[in-house]
Parts: sequence; C-alpha cells; structure tokens
Amino acid sequence: MSSAIQPATETFLALKFDSGEILPRFDNANNWQERYRQIMLLGKTLPKLEDEFRVEQALVRGCESNAWLYHSEIDGKHYFLADSDARIVKGLVALLLTACHGKSADEIAAFDIEAYFDRLGLTGQLSPSRTNGLFALAKAIKTSV
Amino acid sequence: MDFPQLRAQFPTLEQTLEGYPLCYLDTAATSQKPKCVIDAMTQYYHKDNANVHRAAHQLSSRATSQYEAVRDQLKGFIKARRREEIIFTHGTTESINMVAHGLMNQIQAGDIILIDTAAHHANIVPWQELAKRSGAIIKPIPLTEDCRLDEQAYKALLKQKPAIVALCHVSNALGTLNPVNHLVAKAKAAGAITLVDGAQAVAHLEVDVQAIDCDFYVFSGHKMYGPTGIGVLYGHFDILDKLEPMMTGGEMIKTVSFDTTEFNILPNRLEAGTPPIAEVIGLGAAIEFIQNLPKAETAQREQQLLTYLQTQLTDLGNIKLYGAHENNIGAVAFNLADEHHQDVGILLDQQGIAVRCGHHCAMPLMQSLAIKGCCRASIGVYTSKEDIDRFIEALTSVKEMLLD
Repeated sequence: MSSAIQPATETFLALKFDSGEILPRFDNANNWQERYRQIMLLGKTLPKLEDEFRVEQALVRGCESNAWLYHSEIDGKHYFLADSDARIVKGLVALLLTACHGKSADEIAAFDIEAYFDRLGLTGQLSPSRTNGLFALAKAIKTSV
Repeated sequence: MDFPQLRAQFPTLEQTLEGYPLCYLDTAATSQKPKCVIDAMTQYYHKDNANVHRAAHQLSSRATSQYEAVRDQLKGFIKARRREEIIFTHGTTESINMVAHGLMNQIQAGDIILIDTAAHHANIVPWQELAKRSGAIIKPIPLTEDCRLDEQAYKALLKQKPAIVALCHVSNALGTLNPVNHLVAKAKAAGAITLVDGAQAVAHLEVDVQAIDCDFYVFSGHKMYGPTGIGVLYGHFDILDKLEPMMTGGEMIKTVSFDTTEFNILPNRLEAGTPPIAEVIGLGAAIEFIQNLPKAETAQREQQLLTYLQTQLTDLGNIKLYGAHENNIGAVAFNLADEHHQDVGILLDQQGIAVRCGHHCAMPLMQSLAIKGCCRASIGVYTSKEDIDRFIEALTSVKEMLLD
C-alpha cells in the first residue's frame, strides 16, 4: 500500500462504478451460478493493472491468489485501483470498490461490509477462514483511509 | 462389510451443503473419521481418563495399558522390529523436526542433505534449519518431466556422499509413488541417513519399514482415519537411540537433580511431557479399522477409482494433469485450462465439492512445474464412484462458467 510507485492520479479518477446499475444485477440473480457470473463480469470491467504495478509491495496478504491494491486520497475523497490474477477475487474486489471508491473517510468507516455482502447474496464469503482474500482486502481498504 | 456399510461408518459424509450433498475429495489433506475412532476417544474421556506412566491407581493403569497397546499395534502395522522403535509425536511435521533437530551433533559444515523436489514443506524446512545451524548444504533431487524422481540425477548426487537423504513415499500434491525400497538402498550404500515421509502412504499402502530399510519413517494419524494431533516417528533402534531429544522434561527423564539429569531409555526418552493420550487411543482404533478392511479388495477399489478419476478428467478436455501415472496413490493434481486454481476451487465449493486448491505446501514442486498452484482431488476408502461422477459433473459446469 505504501509502495514507492503509484499509478497516476488520473488513473484513479478515471475509474468509476455505477452502483445503481451494478447492485440490482445481484438482486435479480436467483442462484449462485448467476451471482458468480455477475461477479466475474464485474471483474472484467476492472482495468488491468500494468505489470509495473503488479509488485510485491502492493500485494494484499491473506489471498490465495495474487491481489494488488493501490489507494489515493484526492481532495478528501478516497480512490482505489486493484487487480487480481483470479477472476472471482477480481470481481469481489470490484464489488468492494463499488461501495468505497470515491467516498470520504467517514463514509468508508461507516460502510458495513458484512451487511453489504449479505444483501448481495454472498454471505459467508467475507469469513477470515476463506482463502478468497475478501476479508483481507476489505481490511486493507478500511485501514488505508 | 459392504461398501454402503463402510461409508456409513463416517458420520461427516452424511451432510448437505446449501442443498448439495457433501462430496469430500480432500482426504490427502485430512481423512474423515470413522465412528470407531470417535467412539474410542469418547470412551477414553468418559471412562479411562488419567495420565499415563504414573500408574499408582487403576485408572492410570488402564490408560497406560491402552496407550502402550497402540505402540504394539503400530509395531505390527508398519512391521518394526521392536516396540521401542515407535515414538508418538504430534504429527509428521513434528516427527521430521525431531529427526532434523536430533541429528545436529552428527552433521558437520559442508555435509550434504538431499531432498526430494516433490517433498512438502515439512520435509524441507526442518532440513533447511538444520543446514543453517550446522553449515550443511541442501541439494534438491530433481524430477523428470513426468514428475517422477529423476533416478539418473539421484545417482549422480549420491556420488557426492550425502549425509542425509529425505524422500517422500507418496507425493502429497501429485500422488506419485516413489520406489522407496531401492531409493533407500542406494542412499544407504552411499552412507546416508535416510528418512521417508509416509504421510500420504500409510492410509493406502501396506508399509513395511524393514523392507524399505530406511532409518526413519514418519506419518500422521489424521490422514489414516485417525485423529489430528497424533503422529508417529519410526526409527531404526540403533540410530533412534542416538537421536538427541528436541523436547525435554516430563516423561523423558529417569532422574533429575539440579546438578545433573539422566534421560530415560527409548521410547520414553523421545516422548517429553504428557502425550496426546486420547489421540493415541484414537489412532489405535484407526489402525484396527484399516486392518479390518479387506486388504486386496480395498487397494484394488482405490486404484480403480483413481484411474477412473484420471480418465474422466482427461475426457473432460481442457484439463492439464500433473504427474498422473497409473500407479499413483490417492490423489490427482490438475488445472482447468489457464484458469486460476482458486476460481475453480470456489466454484466447486459452491456445489458441495471439497477439493484442495493451492500450492499444497509444496512450493518448490510448484516452481519446478512452473505453476502457481493447482487443484487436487484425493480419495479414501469411503470415496464412491458417485463422488467422482458428481465431481466431474460439477467441474463440467465450472468449465462452462469459466471458459464459455
């Protein structure tokens, strides 16, 4: 997180999430297959981090797959860039960013991650005993602001 | 006992996960436990709980008899020469650590330690620590392209007169079987002390430590239908007797004063502290369970299932198998096209399929295969053909989700 290299500010600002469009997709998913399809589709929309940023210092520990996370505070709002070499983790981190990207520190602190994933029908995915790394990623986002 | 009766011995297998019946294909990580093992441990805590080797009263006498009887069972189970050659530990990892630690005085700077590339971390890191302390040099024994131990390279390495050779009997990640009898014979001819990690072998193969003729053979209870927290260190008496204890105190002493302490004789000398008594008794029940199975029939069944698993995976297409040979034991390692093993694992889990996805605590092996990790499906005596069919069906839907 405190890596020496950091993507350009514009890259952070260019990333946008339309939660009004994304979240209903999960409300409409009536089985796990559809939910995971949506997770992976969402992951595909998250831009790939260039190789120069896929570095050890940006790795979030606690993921079985590699997951990289960058954070930047711009005018009192918090922005993130993330990537993973696994599709589901990439989708899950995109869901986290849907809720946190471009928000204030207070908003992020007040964000109830568990309730959020419960609502999306992904209860249990946030457990620290899961190796998907979502718990570690959520913690990394919370502690970075 | 027919197969449905056998399977019914394992209570954990009778459950559904969010509507899907559990399909447990992670036996190589830990096996499920039959009722007889659970009952033996419950019985001990209900009726016989007392500390062992302090038999001043009847309860302790009963506990001690049961505990020591398992040592005799193990002697027969792996065909050791003497009961003193069986040391109870907490698991394979502790057993190997005890050997690596206990050989410290016999190893000098510059000595060579050969390690099987297919070994898991428990058979690598303790030797690295020994090398750090002693100045010994670690050399990996490479694998051939088809993931077997490279015997040509092994022969060449043995010419360097290694002090220690650490092998696995069956690879935990791939299920490949090492011809340990002749690998050990060659190592001994070169003057090496030999250790064979049998963690993945004991539940599937008949082990004869005299035939293997290794100095040390180690395994865990929990991979052979027994409890967690109990393992075995077998050592050839003469060399075991010279092993320095890693742990001191409790059961391992003969006399103690502030001037000097005299250690007890084997096996107590290497069993410091109060041992995991209930777990030893549970292990005894597991051995009995295994010994009551029809040997040839069970081995044949497992082999047919594994072959079926390998064939079904190959037929599915877009599957890369690693070191899948006909005589592999208990496990098959694979990846689905270029998909991340974690994605495959998560989507299988959604369907009640329990497989292991990761580096399988064998990072050097993954490096030698040039992969980050893989999925591993592993079987046990309770695995049915329906389990394999359900797994393949689930993997087919994972394949559609990821590749279409």
